[in-house]
Amino acid sequence: MNLLVANGLGVRIEDVPILSDVSLSVKAGEWVSIVGPNGAGKTTLLSVMAGLRRASGSMSIQGRDLSEMTPRERARLLAYVPQHPEIPPGMTVNGYVLLGRTPHLSFLGMEGSHDFYLVEQVLEQFDLSSLGHRTLESLSGGELQRCHLARAIAQATPIVFLDEPTTALDLGHQQQALDRIRLLREEHRVTVVMTMHDLTLASQYSDRIILMAKGQIAAEGKPEEVLDPTRLSELYGAQVKVLKVDGHLVVVPSVSKENS
Amino acid sequence: MPVKQLFAKAVAPRSPGVVTEKLRIPSLLTGVLAIAVATAAGLLIGPADIDRTNVLKELLDRVPLISVDSGLSAIQKNIIWEVRLPRVALGALVGGTLALSGASYQAVFRNPLADPYLLGAAAGAGLGATVAIVTGSGDGVGTFDLVPLLAFVGALAAVALTYLLGYSSGTQRSPAALLLAGVAVASFLTAVQTFIQQQNVETIRQVYSWILGRLNTASWDEVSLLAPYAFASAVLILVCRRILDVMRLGDFEASSLGIRPQLVRLVVICAASLGTAAAVAVSGLIAFVGIIVPHTVRLLIGASNRVVLPLSILFGAAFLVFVDLLGRSLASPAEIPIGVITAFCGAPFFVIVLRSSKRTLG
Repeated sequence: MNLLVANGLGVRIEDVPILSDVSLSVKAGEWVSIVGPNGAGKTTLLSVMAGLRRASGSMSIQGRDLSEMTPRERARLLAYVPQHPEIPPGMTVNGYVLLGRTPHLSFLGMEGSHDFYLVEQVLEQFDLSSLGHRTLESLSGGELQRCHLARAIAQATPIVFLDEPTTALDLGHQQQALDRIRLLREEHRVTVVMTMHDLTLASQYSDRIILMAKGQIAAEGKPEEVLDPTRLSELYGAQVKVLKVDGHLVVVPSVSKENS
Repeated sequence: MPVKQLFAKAVAPRSPGVVTEKLRIPSLLTGVLAIAVATAAGLLIGPADIDRTNVLKELLDRVPLISVDSGLSAIQKNIIWEVRLPRVALGALVGGTLALSGASYQAVFRNPLADPYLLGAAAGAGLGATVAIVTGSGDGVGTFDLVPLLAFVGALAAVALTYLLGYSSGTQRSPAALLLAGVAVASFLTAVQTFIQQQNVETIRQVYSWILGRLNTASWDEVSLLAPYAFASAVLILVCRRILDVMRLGDFEASSLGIRPQLVRLVVICAASLGTAAAVAVSGLIAFVGIIVPHTVRLLIGASNRVVLPLSILFGAAFLVFVDLLGRSLASPAEIPIGVITAFCGAPFFVIVLRSSKRTLG
């Protein structure tokens, strides 16, 4: 069953089309990665699908039109982690993760014991319990990334949108972050839609890849169907090779000898 | 199993593991104690030579079921109850209101330099007061003093104008557009105010004294004029304290958490401006309280608005009562304008706090 359905999404900025006629659907429990060169419209598509940016066309979640939902209803269905989340000065890890409970509280309401208990569980899951009193500014990049994911999970939504969750992380932390997302997805049956630059990681973790170029979908399907070296070379304007190592796809740049 | 069902199981008593920043009893008590000390000092010290033990006796006498003869004359009693106490009460109300308004503006604009006069309230009030003074309807002339009324109306009109301009300008409905509109409105109104003032040089002293801020005309009338607005403003802002912590994430992320940032900003700006306008109307322009008090709380106690907002009221109130006391005793019997003292004492104190603190300003 399709959980998310987007139909003819379009965004123009000063008459320049950023997204044109994008239609796609995401099934419940699926992990979809949106990839593509810089300026392809990946982040725009993600924010439009999350209802955080106006666009033409329509978008529905669980059969309900996104434009008919209140912001709070929407935030109970969908958590969004931007590429560069705000780091409010002086905010503690506990306070930050607790903000994930916002959509479950009334405008004037305060968190109850259920919220505190849940946040405690999430902090534990992300190995953040011992950092609870630290301020966000004092954390390392990897720890911060865990805080962002923890806040999204504390939101307890069936869908999580991640905008380039591994940017600014080293190889080890990239893998740890994605492993954690995979674990959460299995545990909580969360549907994950994320944008990615790293084609190898995208192919290894996601069920389906949507390749974008110039605001449109250039190809979509299983990683091995989408990651075609000729197509990638053409879209990225670079020579690439797609290898298979231990059953996994690996996308590597292929530099010709004359260039090197 | 869907996420909701999974998390629905997770009901248990609050664990001490997740302790968030909140208003704690010791800081609350310190704030109350600060107000108590400032109030006591405000009642005991003054240019009229009244025996302090007798003042304390007089205070005790007012406690229900206690009867003590203070030995004060009727005039001395009058000084305590009709001069010193209303002045302390007005100082506390103005200080608390300005500090809270400053903290709220800093929260909704996510700008540490935001102060209660950010959206043109000071310039609007200044223009209103100047018009009242030069038309002869201010300060003792005629039967009705129009200065507070016109200052109040001027402050609110300026903020409303800023808001309309900021949100009608182009497609950028960002807080920055609102701040820039505030700069434009304030400059324009200040220019008009200066022009009117230059055309009426004979009242320049009166206008200047209003601009520097004063509590020396405090009476119970002014206290009762300000109290309802200060109270309404404080209640409205305090009920938004949790939401204002969500606003610390910026408009985009606050929206993704189901908040309508523009609506929150409108509600808080209305509440803060109402309080500021009423405070300015009775006390003139008292700068610095709205910036220094919230930042001191942030540096010493915590950055969460759940802490900053309520404590700003308490420490703002105590701060202004104390500063007013300095203003009227340092050069007694003459008075130094309170706005001068707030900056004179506030700035060095703030620098000390800033240098000794490891916290980051928000």
